[in-house]
Amino acid sequence: MIYLQLFWSFFQIGLLSFGGGLAAMPLIQIQVVDIHGWLTFTEFTDLITISEMTPGPISINSATFVGTQIAGLGGALVSTFGCILPSCIIVSLLAWLYGKYRELVIIKGVLACLRPMVAALILSAGLSILILSFWGPGGFTWDTASIDFIAVALFTVSLFLLRKFKTSPLFIILGSGMIGGACYLLF
Amino acid sequence: MKKNIKNYFRLFKSTFLLSAFTFGGGYVIIPLMKKKFVDELGWLEEEEMLNMAAIAQSSPGPMAVNASILVGWRLMGISGALMAILGTVLPPLIILSVISLFYDSFRDNALVSAVLKGMMAGVCAVIFDVVITMGGKIFKAKKLLPILIMVGVFVVYFVLRVNIINIILFCGTLGVLISLHDKRTGKEHI
Repeated sequence: MIYLQLFWSFFQIGLLSFGGGLAAMPLIQIQVVDIHGWLTFTEFTDLITISEMTPGPISINSATFVGTQIAGLGGALVSTFGCILPSCIIVSLLAWLYGKYRELVIIKGVLACLRPMVAALILSAGLSILILSFWGPGGFTWDTASIDFIAVALFTVSLFLLRKFKTSPLFIILGSGMIGGACYLLF
Repeated sequence: MKKNIKNYFRLFKSTFLLSAFTFGGGYVIIPLMKKKFVDELGWLEEEEMLNMAAIAQSSPGPMAVNASILVGWRLMGISGALMAILGTVLPPLIILSVISLFYDSFRDNALVSAVLKGMMAGVCAVIFDVVITMGGKIFKAKKLLPILIMVGVFVVYFVLRVNIINIILFCGTLGVLISLHDKRTGKEHI
């Protein structure tokens, strides 16, 4: 039963995540945290952090992680299979369609409307994590005493490096982990 | 391409290594694939690779998996696609299984939680970097409809907490209607 639930959840994630990478993040959150409660929100952000610092697609990383946590290796395999099955079916179909009709006006139109949506969804997910990072599990308040200034500093410097010098994301994440880790332990 | 064990193994090895070293999201894998399959192995033409990238990008699901399916299929049919999927999925499956096994024991460790907390701020910055780039492109294109969709979806999803499936269906339907309308009238709203 749990295998079926895992399969079906990750099948939906695979089916509905357009745009690659971070686009899957809000969908994973909805399935894994909001609907099934397989992970707490903090565990989910740990998962995102781990996914970002390890290679491979975020949805497959999540499928493996959640599957293993909930139902061991079998769970990991079932979730991963569910996650890639829609791709296998749809991409094969699209490759065939592409050979037949190269200029799909309607498909292009649908994608043009989905791209700005994806940007908004990623922003929403990013804001949720930002609030957790700056204010902790308690959520946003106007009280400045509850702000984690180490996190604010790490975020600001990281974003500056990414925008200005196109620093590699891996370097940013590992760097903020080491510097931040040292700061949290010292102060 | 010949369907022999040597070529299957080379396809598996290529996709496995590409997947194992693709840090930072699906978009990174396309230039790496081009380097490998076009420049290094000469198995594909550059234009073909770009077409496949476009289809992979337009399809749901992980982009690295989509691209591998297309390349594997093109080179060696269904068995090639399966080989490429296996090569792409195995590295994250192995790495995350190992991390997941140790997750419980190291989650409560003070050093690990401090490092994860620091990394969370870094991940946030990476997410905002992507959002700024994506949003910036949409604003720079100066088309009203995509800007309205972006702002509207943010409000409806983040503030009003509307179910994401409804939002996807709405935007998809809007795309169908608008492209049909534009085709008939010759305008370009998107």
